[in-house]
Formats: sequence, structure tokens, C-alpha cells
Amino acid sequence: MARNKNEEKKERKITVKELKRQSFLLIVSFVVVVYGIIFYYLPLTGWIMAFENYKPKKGLLGSTFVGLDKFKFLFGDDVFIKVIRNTFAMGVINLVTTTVMAVLFAILLNEIRRSWIKKPIQTISYLPHFLSWIVVTSILHVSLSPTGIVNDLLLRFGIINQAINFFAFPKYFWPIVAFANCWKETGWNAIIYLSAITAIDPALYEAASIDGADRLQKIRYITFPGIKPTFLILLLMNVGNVLNAGFEVQYLLGNGLVQSVSQTIDIYVLKWGISQNDYSLGTAAGLFKSAVSIAIILIANSIAKKYSDQRLF
Amino acid sequence: MKHRVRKSTSDIIFEIVVVVFMVCFVTITLYPVINTIALSFNDGIDAVRGGIYLWPRKFSLKNYKTVFAMQNIWVGARVTVARTIIATVTSLFANALLAFVVSRKRFLFKSQLSLFWVITMYVNGGMIPIFLLYKNLGLTGTFHVYWIPGMISAFNMLVMRTYMEGIPESLEESAQLDGAGYFTIFKDIVSPLCKPVYATIALFIAVWQWNSWFDAMLYNRMKTEYTTLQYELMKLLSSVMQQSGSAENAKNGAATITPITIRSAVTVATMLPIVCLYPFLQRYFVTGLTIGGVKE
Repeated sequence: MARNKNEEKKERKITVKELKRQSFLLIVSFVVVVYGIIFYYLPLTGWIMAFENYKPKKGLLGSTFVGLDKFKFLFGDDVFIKVIRNTFAMGVINLVTTTVMAVLFAILLNEIRRSWIKKPIQTISYLPHFLSWIVVTSILHVSLSPTGIVNDLLLRFGIINQAINFFAFPKYFWPIVAFANCWKETGWNAIIYLSAITAIDPALYEAASIDGADRLQKIRYITFPGIKPTFLILLLMNVGNVLNAGFEVQYLLGNGLVQSVSQTIDIYVLKWGISQNDYSLGTAAGLFKSAVSIAIILIANSIAKKYSDQRLF
Repeated sequence: MKHRVRKSTSDIIFEIVVVVFMVCFVTITLYPVINTIALSFNDGIDAVRGGIYLWPRKFSLKNYKTVFAMQNIWVGARVTVARTIIATVTSLFANALLAFVVSRKRFLFKSQLSLFWVITMYVNGGMIPIFLLYKNLGLTGTFHVYWIPGMISAFNMLVMRTYMEGIPESLEESAQLDGAGYFTIFKDIVSPLCKPVYATIALFIAVWQWNSWFDAMLYNRMKTEYTTLQYELMKLLSSVMQQSGSAENAKNGAATITPITIRSAVTVATMLPIVCLYPFLQRYFVTGLTIGGVKE
């Protein structure tokens, strides 16, 4: 039966009449494929640069081939090892904190029954998502400055007796980045969880009430299982982005004093590739990032396939 | 048949927790924004003393006068508005057309074309090869680098595709019986039904464009005529960040190159258009995200 259908499909494919009928679709496809090849696939050939001593004058094919030298240099560079650590650490911390905050916010917001309270809170929660990282870091910088609100409160409650310059100490950097990410995206990320909660059958909650469950129990036994598929698929989509999670904030908030914890792979690429004009080294670092990201996605996908029915592809 | 259940102690505690959480959440979200607005309306020298919270202490419009007298802010504003409008229109059209093509059930290369774009979501050349490509194509140092390269995005296209796949095929078939070609079907039948998802995607693109600064820095650093608003703000900010990283400043705090009040005024001017607009578009992005985001 299935084979029959396939054969039918194949037969339809060959006819000139069908091609003519779909000519508009075919022309559009052709144009976008050309566009896609130029802007998305052509840069992939640039990966060759990672294996040679690329000189713009000699071109991609004329430059001397150096094998894995650039990678050897990278992994012999203490700075790069730290950069990998920073990227991973901040990526994982951000993923965990933003997910926990989004789930928590969605569940607690859902517990508010009066919509004249709920609606404004939700609208306010989206606000930071629409601000650029520049604006967010600018605001953050004001709040954390020695005369800002955070130092003000800490001084007032006697927790510290002298204002702290939060941006001067490495130990504060990762928490600040995690906080900035939560501040910006909690409301936005909660949208999907809220819609998943709304999709849960209300009869389940009613039945639980009759059985005498309190609200905490209802969350534990009904809401949590209800949003689990959403949670898993989002986690799956986001683990592949762990290494991409670090550029703008780190670049904007980083400074000489916290360099050892603030630099990420992307910043390293920018520094070597663009500022120092060592295109090959920058490409090698970028290629390493891409390769690890793809590996993470594939591993996460196969784990998900094995243990649940969720998967990306 | 409503059961009026008496509240148990645990429920009351739970409700208190919810209220406390929400009050903290709203305060933490709003306070820094309001504080920045208050600072932007405060006298510059007075603000150095600190202690300004929700309202300016010594009201002054001087910050805004200074900001609006900056030539590069106006250049940045013009470029930002131009790129937002141009990119939103072209990118929405291109993504919609592509989504239309891949959502046609009878299209011969439907799955191949989808795959071609899905791959671009996971594999990309990286910063350096892309930078060199734009350089070779002559895009760097021009305005076009803001709207041509990102015109089609697989994610936006997939959101629209999911929405279009929900439109009954029978509409298309009956139009075809009437002799309509695919472009007519796209223009007159599918697009009018897709207004909500178009609004969502247009909003995504517009916000992305408005907030971009990295492309201005990377590709048009030397071209001051193509600077953007966010990049101008970034330059003001980064001079301050460098300062707070220097040793003696770490010790004694305060002193900055650009006064905190001026920076606040630029920040407010930059975020104002979006902050005023987004509440009215809420309906669209919420439905758009829910439809396209996590399905499949």
C-alpha cells in the first residue's frame, strides 16, 4: 500500500504538466536556494581557513595548508582553555536559571485567578525582552553602580559597610550575567509554559479538589506532569545553544579586571579574527564551537529518542 | 455545581508566597527602568550624590537637550528607523513567500526545500567566514548589510509554515478550479488569513532590527553615516565600562566619562518607541509564539 502511494507520487513528479503548473513555486524555490547557498552555505567553505595559514591576498585555495596547527595552538593556549570553561559554565548556568525562573513564574502566575491582576503582571513581564542588551546592560550598570540601588540597600541594612564595585570582581560576574538573562527573558520564556498549563484539562484539577488535594499538591501531581513535554522539548532545543549563550552580555559587561571569567569563545573569535586579523585562528575557534554544538544536539536528540517520545528530528 | 471548599492553612501560606513572589518580580522588573527614567530627568551634578529612586530630585531637561544636540544620535536614529522599516517589509515578504511554497502539500520539492533551510538553523559558517563573505560581496561599509543577509530566517519561516499548514487545502483547490495561479493564491487567499502570524513575525523582525548594534560595529565601524542608535549608546556605555574596570576607579567608584544622567537619557530615548508599542501587539506575539514555537 505504502509502496503504491510512493509510486504514484513518483509518477506525478515526472510529468511536464505538473512542473508547468508549479512553475511559480519552482521559480521562488530556485531564487531562495541561490540566496541560501550564498548567505548560509558559502561561508561553510571558509572552514578551510582553520586548516591553513590564510592570507587574504593568496585566497582560500592559494594559502599554505598547515593541518591542525591552529587547533594545537588553541589548545596550548591557557586563555582559550579558560574561554571554553567560561562559555560552558555561563551557558549551563543561564540555561538552568532561566528555565527554572520561567517555569516558576508561569506556575505561580497561573495561580492568580483575578485577571485584572494577572494581565498587567504579564504585560510587565514581557517588557525586558524587548529591550536591547545595550539598554539592559546600561540599566544594570546604573543599578549596580556604587551609588545604585543595590549598594544603597546593602548599606542601609548594614550587610556591607562600603559600596562594592560589582564589575571589578570576578566572583560576581557569572551571577550578574545569570541575573541579567533571567531579568530579560523570564516573562517571555514563560509564554510557552503558560500556554501548556492552559492546555491541561481542568477536570483533573476539579477531581483533585474533590479528593482534598491542596494547591501545592495539585501543582506537583497535575501541573508538573502537564508541562513536562514542553519542558523537555524546550530543553532539547536549548542545550544545542549552550555555547551560543555567551556573547553580548559578556562583551558589554566585561572589562580588564574580570577578563579571566568573562571571555567567551565568540569574544575570543572576535578578538583574534577581527581585531588581530588572524582569520585562521578565529575560524578554528569558531569551528570548534560549531562542532561541539552540533555534537551536543545530536547526543541530546538521541538520548531523548531513547528515553521519551520527544525529539527534534 | 461549585464546591465551596474552605481554604486550608497550606493554601493560605501558598497564596502569601504567590503574592510575595509577584510583588518582588514586578518590582525588580520595573524599578531599574523607572530609576533610569528618573535619572534622565535629573540634574547631572546633583545625580552624582546618588539617592535618586523613582522620581528626579532636581528636575532638569538639560540631559535631553545635550543628547538631542549630538549629531551622531540623529544619524543613528535615521539609520535605525530606515533599516527597521526596509528589513521588516522585505524580510516579511521573503519569509512569507518561502513559507507559502514549502507549505503547499502538492509541491514537488517540499521536503527537500524545508530540509535545506532547517540545516541553516544548526550549521553556520561562523563569524570570520561570514565577515569575509560580506567583505567580498561588497556589503561591508554599506547600508545593505543591515537588510540583505538576514532576509530569510529559517526560524521565522517555520513559524509561518506551521500556521499556513493549518489553512484548509480546499480553499486552494477551489481557487485553482477558478483558474487562479499560485501567486494569486498566495496574495488573495493565504495572506489575508495569515495576518496574525504576519504581525507576529513583523514584530520579531522589527524588534531585532531596532535593537541591533553588533552588525554596525562589525561591518560599518568606519562608516559613521551608517551608525545605529544602539551602537551609539554602546559607545557611550563602553567608555564607562572600561573606566569601572580600571584599578583606581574600582577603589573610589563614581567618576565617569559620560555622566550617568546623559547615558540614562540616551537609554530612555532608545527604548521608548518599543516600550510604547509592545503592549498593543501582545495578542499577536503570544499567539504567534504558541502556534509556531514548539509545535513539532
